[in-house]
Amino acid sequence: MIEFIEIIFTAGFWAATIRIACPLILATIGEVLCERAGVLNLGIEGIMSIGAMVGWMTVFLGADLYTGILAALAIGGIFGLLHAIFTVYLGASQHVTGIGITMLASSLGFFCFKLILPSSTTPPKIKPFQPIDIPFLSELPFLGPAFFQHTPFTYLAILAVIFAFWLMNSTPLGLSIKMAGENPMALEAQGIDVFLVRTIAVVLGSALMAVGGAYLTLSAFDAFYFGMINGRGWIAIALVIFASWKPERALLGALLFAGLDAYQVRAQQLAGAVIPYQFFLMLPFLLSIVAMVIAAKRTRYPKALLVPFRRGERH
Amino acid sequence: MIKFRLEERAKSPYWLIILSPFIAILVAIILAGFLIVLAGANPFQSYNQLVIGAFGSKNSVAETLARATPIILTGLAASIAFRAKFWNIGAEGQLYFGALATTLFGTGLVVLPSILMIPFLFIMGALAGGLLLLPLVLLKLYYKVDEVVTTLLLNFVVVLLVSYLLEGPWKDPMSLGWPQGKSVIGEGVLPQILSKTRLHLGFIISIFFAFSVWFILSKTVIGYRIKSVGLNAAAASHAGVPIFKTVLIVALLSGGMAGMAGVTETAGLKGYLTLDLSPGFGYAGIAVAMLANLNPIGVIFSGVFLASIYVGADAMSRAMNVPTYLADVIVALTVLCILLSLVFVHYKILFFGAKKND
Repeated sequence: MIEFIEIIFTAGFWAATIRIACPLILATIGEVLCERAGVLNLGIEGIMSIGAMVGWMTVFLGADLYTGILAALAIGGIFGLLHAIFTVYLGASQHVTGIGITMLASSLGFFCFKLILPSSTTPPKIKPFQPIDIPFLSELPFLGPAFFQHTPFTYLAILAVIFAFWLMNSTPLGLSIKMAGENPMALEAQGIDVFLVRTIAVVLGSALMAVGGAYLTLSAFDAFYFGMINGRGWIAIALVIFASWKPERALLGALLFAGLDAYQVRAQQLAGAVIPYQFFLMLPFLLSIVAMVIAAKRTRYPKALLVPFRRGERH
Repeated sequence: MIKFRLEERAKSPYWLIILSPFIAILVAIILAGFLIVLAGANPFQSYNQLVIGAFGSKNSVAETLARATPIILTGLAASIAFRAKFWNIGAEGQLYFGALATTLFGTGLVVLPSILMIPFLFIMGALAGGLLLLPLVLLKLYYKVDEVVTTLLLNFVVVLLVSYLLEGPWKDPMSLGWPQGKSVIGEGVLPQILSKTRLHLGFIISIFFAFSVWFILSKTVIGYRIKSVGLNAAAASHAGVPIFKTVLIVALLSGGMAGMAGVTETAGLKGYLTLDLSPGFGYAGIAVAMLANLNPIGVIFSGVFLASIYVGADAMSRAMNVPTYLADVIVALTVLCILLSLVFVHYKILFFGAKKND
């Protein structure tokens, strides 16, 4: 039994936790941005998928890896803008728009992939980001291999999260975003365009989601295949609720979640064939549901979430 | 910057309501046409191939209607749920649960004459679909746990459960290594309704349920309650509508419809359970329901339309070398276009000039 406890004392476990957490953190923070502004973004699953495809394809067609990230960022922003036009400017149902965006983004991504690579049975590979050693820190025992020998994309993701925290907590825009999700009338009374603030939040948030998807194809793996997002977007939405819409809690939630996931993979190897692998694969989804139930009692939704703002109308 | 405002129409013109889904479809098809050009094919020829593929022969019409069968049922599932603003996005999982029930009861455990066996399987499939949704709707009603996310997440759990059962205890030993379930016994198989085609009794049954749902929604107290909960739950509650009971009924009806889609696929089209039983019929149901403006009778037509896109796209893909994913793109575009047209049906857009200081 002791082996099951020893798992958490290996550097490999912690390194894997960071690796699994990265796309989740990016997607979760992206969704927090959207929802704090009052817009539920169910396009997340599809936006992650097309981000993964576009990022990978850009590199496959000859660009460098950083251009791949930028391409994913751009495509995420474009779909975010589409989502915002529908839900913010036209006030269409956020639920149905989100599902529509997910359907469109993922099918368009698959369509373009098949168009460029019509007959690839095994997905072609690129040379993804390689781990770099942070000077000195990477040589520390345990901590080095666990935290300081990751790919540049991982550190970029951490920078992006710090940027998102700074944006939300220390800038006028961040304050406006939070107000747009709590009391848009008051924001409008200050002479600030609610539509614009919400649009900026959804575009930025969607761009982060797409980069989260690209992390999978440019850093965690080296190929794109259909269904590779595999519910990560929906899990991110559950994490947002679990985190009560607070970015710092979302970060912790994603790390905790990734830790459990990294643990189950290793425990599965130890347990051998005793428990069928499908039950291990179910765990993330069941855990997400459990997390939502746990969070349900203290959940405090942004007041204006799901409520379209219409100029000159009182709520 | 151009400013505009949406003004609610006092009454939407009737012609606009009727015409809007057709305009939405047209716009979606035109937009997808650009993708066909991108693929290096002629869009007119390609769409011609698509129509021939879907309706060109007796066999292709039968194929289209067979494909429409589960989509109509999942479309009904979404229509019922969305009317009450209960966001059941879990039709995919409920469909597979219905298919599991069909395999459990239909492969020899229970043997009844055909006339009883088929209704029995549909009841079991509906119960299974409703049963899967039951814990989630109770979580929503008691703890306010958002059903959008839980129904979506459960889809993945159910597919993994099916994968486990088909690779493990429920695997048909006669299937030569393929993960598939045992065949449904002869009494349970839905008979062919057009000879030498794959069209089966399930299609008639799905139309029967479309009319049943229409009756429930528009002619009964329950239907009236469902509508009022969707329009304004707080007001409905004040008016004495039992919210808890109504939402519970909505969930069971919705899950039941999706569960029966699993029955038609397992006992009708294939005859046994496979892991690729549904290529996203659950999600297609959402598009079907939106296209029909949540009207159960409309769901029959939008279901056949969507099925024709899927079936026709296969033929078009072979003839014109356009990836079949075009069908999914058209469906997704249709959903977004229908949302757009709904905005125009309910609102007038008023433009006004740029203000200073903006």
